Amino acid sequence: MTYRSHADLGGQDVPAAIVQEPEGEYFHAPWEPRVMALVVAMGPTGMSNIDMNRSARETLPNYRDLSYYEIWLAALEKLASQSGVRGDAPPPPKRVLHADTVLAAIKKGSPTSRPASTLARFAAGNRVRTAAAQAEHHTRLPGYARGKVGVIDMVHGVHVFPDTNAHGLGESPQWLYTVRFDARELWGESARAPSSIVSVDAFEPYLEPA
Amino acid sequence: MDRAPSALELRVRALEALLTEKGYIDPAALDVLIDAYQTKIGPRNGAQVVARAWVHPEFRRWLLQDATAAIASLGFAGRQGEHMVAVENTPDVHNMVVCTLCSCYPWSVLGLPPTWYKSAPYRARAVRDPRGVLQEFGVELPQTTQIRIWDSTAEVRYLVLPQRPAGAEHLSEHELANLVTRDSMIGTGLPKSP
Repeated sequence: MTYRSHADLGGQDVPAAIVQEPEGEYFHAPWEPRVMALVVAMGPTGMSNIDMNRSARETLPNYRDLSYYEIWLAALEKLASQSGVRGDAPPPPKRVLHADTVLAAIKKGSPTSRPASTLARFAAGNRVRTAAAQAEHHTRLPGYARGKVGVIDMVHGVHVFPDTNAHGLGESPQWLYTVRFDARELWGESARAPSSIVSVDAFEPYLEPA
Repeated sequence: MDRAPSALELRVRALEALLTEKGYIDPAALDVLIDAYQTKIGPRNGAQVVARAWVHPEFRRWLLQDATAAIASLGFAGRQGEHMVAVENTPDVHNMVVCTLCSCYPWSVLGLPPTWYKSAPYRARAVRDPRGVLQEFGVELPQTTQIRIWDSTAEVRYLVLPQRPAGAEHLSEHELANLVTRDSMIGTGLPKSP
């Protein structure tokens, strides 16, 4: 089956205006804060990981028609079904957030950095070419940055690899880099801001020397 | 006045009831989470970081070198801010942050993202037409200023350190923080003038 993300929007033709919003206006319907909190609170239970969540969201066929909290809700419903949480024998939760543990859990977060067991293949200043082929699974290399030549800007250490983690195939940690591209490399000579620079954070398997 | 719950409200209630019944969710924890992101964790956190960097050169250096540690020293850490990088605006470079693939955003310093940050028009155009996007936000930069767009495609989260506005030399750190807007820390705005 072909994997299709509906969330890879960078560079697409979306002419609608950007609707600005005052600071402190976080929600637009009474159910939205509940969905935000449900998604955050389900994290520690181990029902899914953040990459599974993103994959569940980006593969919703009607992704582009939904508001962001509708996307979160639909993906949470989907994951609850797929993981067996809805079923007769739900897997026991790893950890449940309670009122007195929430703030400490937020403050602790969930770092994705892992110990390095290999040497980094690239260093700042190296020229690299990104993978050209469209991945048949969840990935974090945006379409507009596929098959492009850029320069390593920062080396961020080794992090959980979304491409495997999203599919229950393990964390398979990989070196993570910030790669910067000239706008002309990404958009051609007709680039609307030709002198601008765009960077993505790219995992080592996305990159080859150039 | 009571009103009929919408279909979405009913779906959310049903899901919360199911997850509670199965032992995954403590509804009291949801109340604390919502309160935290409505009253405690928001862009005023980031504004304190920026004002501190404007006033204290050593903190600025630390922030640009190891943002995660520098920001944690002010008490802001954790969820969606585990791996922070601060990028500094100068007369020559203007930084702007986007997540074209979803909605990655530095929650620990800016709180929950505004709707436009998660919406298709911003995500589509920020990387391709940054000057057009800035114009929509009322920001005009000199043609000589290079625009640098950071697409947050992994778990690194970016905070823009805006330029300190002119004429703010006499202000205290607290007063300076009031000039720092959420949008100026995303890069779609500039700080307020004193």
